[in-house]
Amino acid sequence: MTRYVMGRLVESVIVLVIMSFVIYALIGLMPGDPIDLMIKSDPRLTPADAARLRAVYGLDKPLAERYLHWAMAALSGDFGHSRLYVQPVLDVMPGFLLNTFNLMGLTFVISIVIAVPVGVYAALRQHSAGDYAINLACFAGISVPIFWLALMLIIVFAVLIPVLPASGVSSVGGGGFLDRARHLVLPVVTLTIFSIGSYTRFMRASTIEVMRQDYIRTAFAKGASRNRVVVRHALRNALLPVVTIIALSFGTLFSGALITETMFAYPGMGKLIYDSIMGNDFNMALVALLFATLVTLLANLAADLAYAWLDPRISYSGGGGTPR
Amino acid sequence: MIAAMAGGLGLAACGEQKQDRHTLVIGMTQYPATLNPNIESMLAKTYVLAMTRRPFTHHDTDWNLVCALCETLPTLENGLAVRETLANGKQGVAVTYTIKQGATWGDGTPVTTKDVLFTYEVGKHPASGVADGELYRRILRIGVKDARTFTLHLDRLTFDYNAINSFQVLPAHIDRANFKDPKEYRKRTAYDSDSTNPGLYFGPYRITEKKIGSRIVLERNPTWWGKKPYFKKIVVRIIEKTAALEANLLSGSINYIAGELGLLLDQGIAFEKRHGKDFDIQFKPSLVYEHIDLNLENPFLKDRRVRTALILALDREELSSRLFDRRQPVADSFVHPLDWIHSKATPRYRYDPARAGRLLDAAGWAKRDSKGFRVNAKGRRLTFELMTTAGSRTRELVQQILQSQWRKAGIDIRIRNEPARVYFGETVTKRKFKAMAMFAWLSAPESVPRLTLHSSQITTAANNWSGQNYTSYKNPEVDKLLDAIEIELDRPKRRVLWARLQKLYARDLPVLPLFFRADPFIIPKWLKGIRPTGHQDPTTLWVEHWRAERP
Repeated sequence: MTRYVMGRLVESVIVLVIMSFVIYALIGLMPGDPIDLMIKSDPRLTPADAARLRAVYGLDKPLAERYLHWAMAALSGDFGHSRLYVQPVLDVMPGFLLNTFNLMGLTFVISIVIAVPVGVYAALRQHSAGDYAINLACFAGISVPIFWLALMLIIVFAVLIPVLPASGVSSVGGGGFLDRARHLVLPVVTLTIFSIGSYTRFMRASTIEVMRQDYIRTAFAKGASRNRVVVRHALRNALLPVVTIIALSFGTLFSGALITETMFAYPGMGKLIYDSIMGNDFNMALVALLFATLVTLLANLAADLAYAWLDPRISYSGGGGTPR
Repeated sequence: MIAAMAGGLGLAACGEQKQDRHTLVIGMTQYPATLNPNIESMLAKTYVLAMTRRPFTHHDTDWNLVCALCETLPTLENGLAVRETLANGKQGVAVTYTIKQGATWGDGTPVTTKDVLFTYEVGKHPASGVADGELYRRILRIGVKDARTFTLHLDRLTFDYNAINSFQVLPAHIDRANFKDPKEYRKRTAYDSDSTNPGLYFGPYRITEKKIGSRIVLERNPTWWGKKPYFKKIVVRIIEKTAALEANLLSGSINYIAGELGLLLDQGIAFEKRHGKDFDIQFKPSLVYEHIDLNLENPFLKDRRVRTALILALDREELSSRLFDRRQPVADSFVHPLDWIHSKATPRYRYDPARAGRLLDAAGWAKRDSKGFRVNAKGRRLTFELMTTAGSRTRELVQQILQSQWRKAGIDIRIRNEPARVYFGETVTKRKFKAMAMFAWLSAPESVPRLTLHSSQITTAANNWSGQNYTSYKNPEVDKLLDAIEIELDRPKRRVLWARLQKLYARDLPVLPLFFRADPFIIPKWLKGIRPTGHQDPTTLWVEHWRAERP
């Protein structure tokens, strides 16, 4: 197992290095560089001025050379300066990351805590009124435009019944736990309504599939109670596809939720990445995207390990992974 | 779920915190990238900084140039500006300013000529990346008389010789250390690394808190020498989505939506219909000139008759009425009707489809194809690609109306929009649009359009895409007029030159003028003293006159 984990970590580092170059190159393809922005601010700059400035900023060098320069600096902990926020990238990102972690982490936990039992409940009562009601609610949650949902929640709970703040992370002069928690309620509810539907649907489908397996029938034939069969035999296996979905969601967990963040004026990673890309903030965009890549890689590794824990037939300790 | 969460947090009854009556919360849609007043030109930054500092000169609400940080506006008449002959024989000018008595940085250090010299040093350095490099290039040297008086020696005598609006004085005692390596100054300036340092500001307010991307908090500056502001604290909150901005206003989370960076006009009109009785809503036409740049290298658009037909086939009054409740004045040229240089003799193109048709017939587009579009003798359809910024709802609506109006004249319009990033980063600035590019210019009163109309300013790869003449318009008479206007000091004579320029612009039509954008200011009835300017200087330059008159 340790060997497997080490192998995967090495693999992740290689992927990360390749991705850093790919992202660097793609960002380099985007129109405009810092000197173009200077020209936009001062269109009277002469070609000689522009050429000299490009040389000063090292933008006259080939892409590969610039990448190597960036990579060497990054290895020594210097990830560059954010053009938009005029601060070192690593000084800007933690605040946004923490906001996103609070928002998305809470959404994630609440969604899972609700979706798993609800999905199992719907699967065990397939075609019942309860199942239909859950399905309907799921489809409503998935299909409602998140922009509209956010706006409606603001209007209802901040305008008509003013019990919650409409936007922001904290009040001016506030910032305590309760204050921050109040500001999280509406964005978390928006995202939870949106994400809970798909998790519930996956859980339901997966449980239905598992409940048709021979070993479940055998468990029932042996006289095990329904609850025992579900909890001891079905649930662990039914969770496998959901774990995959969760692992894939981790990337987005740290790359934020652009629309929700924008609607609630909540400065998170989604807005940060979007604004960086749109605002020619290469360093910030690069580091933020790389971070999202790293989280996705680690989450997938965690998912693979979770498979082994959930399903004893899966082993990473050699033998080519053949089911036992 | 919400009730549970709200209840769990013990919130049900408390709602949004009630604000102190001496605190004003302003909502706007953009966060200032940098707070350094000289680096990058950005309206959000100008808006916030106008509360914390004052330029030497700016335009007042009546569009006259006035002193803010100087005692007296220097003119040739009052002797504070003096003509001088330069070493190369050309005419220059020496302009003397005296820093306002009592001008003091927030840490108690007086604003002096040392700061002026430091600002000049930063501004003229090519690697520092200031927004208006041209001003610093024009300054040949600065002579210092004493701690408050200095003389700028300018390389030419232009009519706006005394306007140094973009010379934003920097605190030498704080930022000089950050300028040791000019290339790194953008990254090290205290305005971004130490934004709450009181020594960076000398206006009615100073910045006391900055939450990146979220809000900026300003509090009264004890060293401000002018009228004491009413509000103890001003919070500028950034809410990018205008729908959310509106909801925040209604919820009381913000008190006022900045007109300069707030709702779009159509949203303002809709808001007025729903909540007009609760707010004082002002619509101020601004110097934001919406227009369509034509690519004059397009073979069809080279023909002036076609360009004239294009504007005659448009019912811009109808468009303004349908979309903007007639609150956006139709433009005859780049000159705003409120600007003193506006000429009533400029040709006005009213909707005249019959004349448009005759012009197109004469230009060889008399035949129609099976779909009703005009074709030439070779059977080629009269087709143009109209581009603008994707996702800009108002512009996309305008585009659709233009398309339908031109269709009636037999002109086929293909719409192709791009994200602003690509559109302004490549397509417009590198003249990659095939026919028409719709966007806006923001200018100052009596702004000479040298960059957009002079033939030397046509953007090309050879000049590294500098300049802003994206239409590739060339008219020797216009070039001469632009040169002449800049150095004509006599207003009546200059007015004649301006009139001729507007006439040529309207005759040649390198650009199709659409309208001047109006900004809606959504002001609560209790908030008094806000006077929209209509030009590039924001209302916050008069923030000390804002007050609350609550019942």
